[in-house]
Amino acid sequence: MTEPSGALRRTTLYETHVAAGAKMVPFAGHEMPVQYTGVIEEHHAVRRAAGLFDVSHMGEFEAEGPGAAAFLQRLVTNDVSRLEAGRVMYCAMCKEDGGIVDDLTVYRLAEARYMAVVNAANIEKDWAWMSARRVPGVEFRNLSEETGLLALQGPRAEAILARLIPGGGDLGAIPYYGAGGRDVAGRRALVSRTGYTGEDGFELYCAAADAPALWGALMAEGAGEGLKPCGLGARDTLRTEMKFALYGNDIDETTNPLEAGLGWVVKFNAGDFIGREALLRIKEAGLSRKLVGFEMVDRGIPRHGAEILAGGRKAGAVTSGTMSPSLGKAIGIGYVPLTHAAEGCEIAVDIREKARAARVVKTPFYRRG
Amino acid sequence: MEKFPKNLKYSREHEWVKVDGNIAQVGITDYAQSELGDVVYVELPEVGADVEANNTFGVVESVKAVSDLFAPVTGSITEINPQLEEEPELVNSDPYEDGWMIKIEMSDTSELNDLLDADEYKTFVEEESK
Repeated sequence: MTEPSGALRRTTLYETHVAAGAKMVPFAGHEMPVQYTGVIEEHHAVRRAAGLFDVSHMGEFEAEGPGAAAFLQRLVTNDVSRLEAGRVMYCAMCKEDGGIVDDLTVYRLAEARYMAVVNAANIEKDWAWMSARRVPGVEFRNLSEETGLLALQGPRAEAILARLIPGGGDLGAIPYYGAGGRDVAGRRALVSRTGYTGEDGFELYCAAADAPALWGALMAEGAGEGLKPCGLGARDTLRTEMKFALYGNDIDETTNPLEAGLGWVVKFNAGDFIGREALLRIKEAGLSRKLVGFEMVDRGIPRHGAEILAGGRKAGAVTSGTMSPSLGKAIGIGYVPLTHAAEGCEIAVDIREKARAARVVKTPFYRRG
Repeated sequence: MEKFPKNLKYSREHEWVKVDGNIAQVGITDYAQSELGDVVYVELPEVGADVEANNTFGVVESVKAVSDLFAPVTGSITEINPQLEEEPELVNSDPYEDGWMIKIEMSDTSELNDLLDADEYKTFVEEESK
């Protein structure tokens, strides 16, 4: 991160984005590229070839020491004790009442060293929440400012990246949700086979100062096979097609991981994590609503905040929605009562004071290949 | 494509008007489409509906944003562009021709005097994008 402009921060790639013609917008306290040439073109580049995203605004915290595993285990809903070195785990972090503080990935970098990667909008909140719950034997560091993060996503990602690592980098040794250190174009990076697009690809953690050189090397290497710089607009359409939750839209402190479809990262056997008792009670009492994906039947695009109607009555709200570039349909995500959560259920969305028919569908909306 | 065709009138809400007798053909300007980005949805009124100058007559949506469309003149809709339902991207690729939106039978052609000519609109856009 370099010097802020007004209240907004800039990543070390700011000048690179502007020079590439990006449209910059405020996002989560940062000035970030929303698009370069066009959201739809960038979306298709990721599905068909590859796209490169600057996601340096995300937060990185490191926890190191003999108490690090127990520290994280208490904070997150997934079972950190089962995380092997070189692997990554998606987690929710909850309040006592089960509301979601943030969703994050936890990396086990070494025997007693972990990295938590949190949403940009939640860096300060998460830092305060986690720091206040430190236990003895943990050194906890906020490395968000000094860490750069690039996401190289798409079917061509591995081939492009391999050519920039001496000897090809043995990327096959990095499984899905695995990570390892590599020298990429002469810069040290943690190469992680993760992402937010539904495509194969990598996230590269590096020194913030190295991000422009890495970006330049990747773009030069990949341009010939269709690699395009991509902004937050395409990142959002890609993740929406996968029904990947976006904090602040689909999940927040008033929603719990069970109703949000994140029950698979809640491990009740993982010891006494914060929110466990509340989530157990919720599970036993039964959910009242569920986050589902739906397709519009009538014309119109569902947008965040629009009312969902079931049987003609207000029943929930749209949390995300877009025109899906891959499917050519308007799709949405939202909370509906359990009575209307099954695939095929007919609901309606209030768009500009008109109830428009929609249908609950199986997710992810988009499937590779 | 000319960015500010001389034969059109322009509103401060970035609609253009092409006058033919008492019929006003309306679309959004090249500047407006480029600010919006990829247009993915256009919602237009029904033929026969009445519209009033400076009131909304529909919406245009890009991937990320919903924007109101404002009628530059008062009257009733005689025609809408049926192609936009299937091909909203025409608003991006050809805003002044195939991307037109509605035709209005004007009830008061003197409202045209409130619109800008090409040079005035160009200056207006330059001021706005500063």
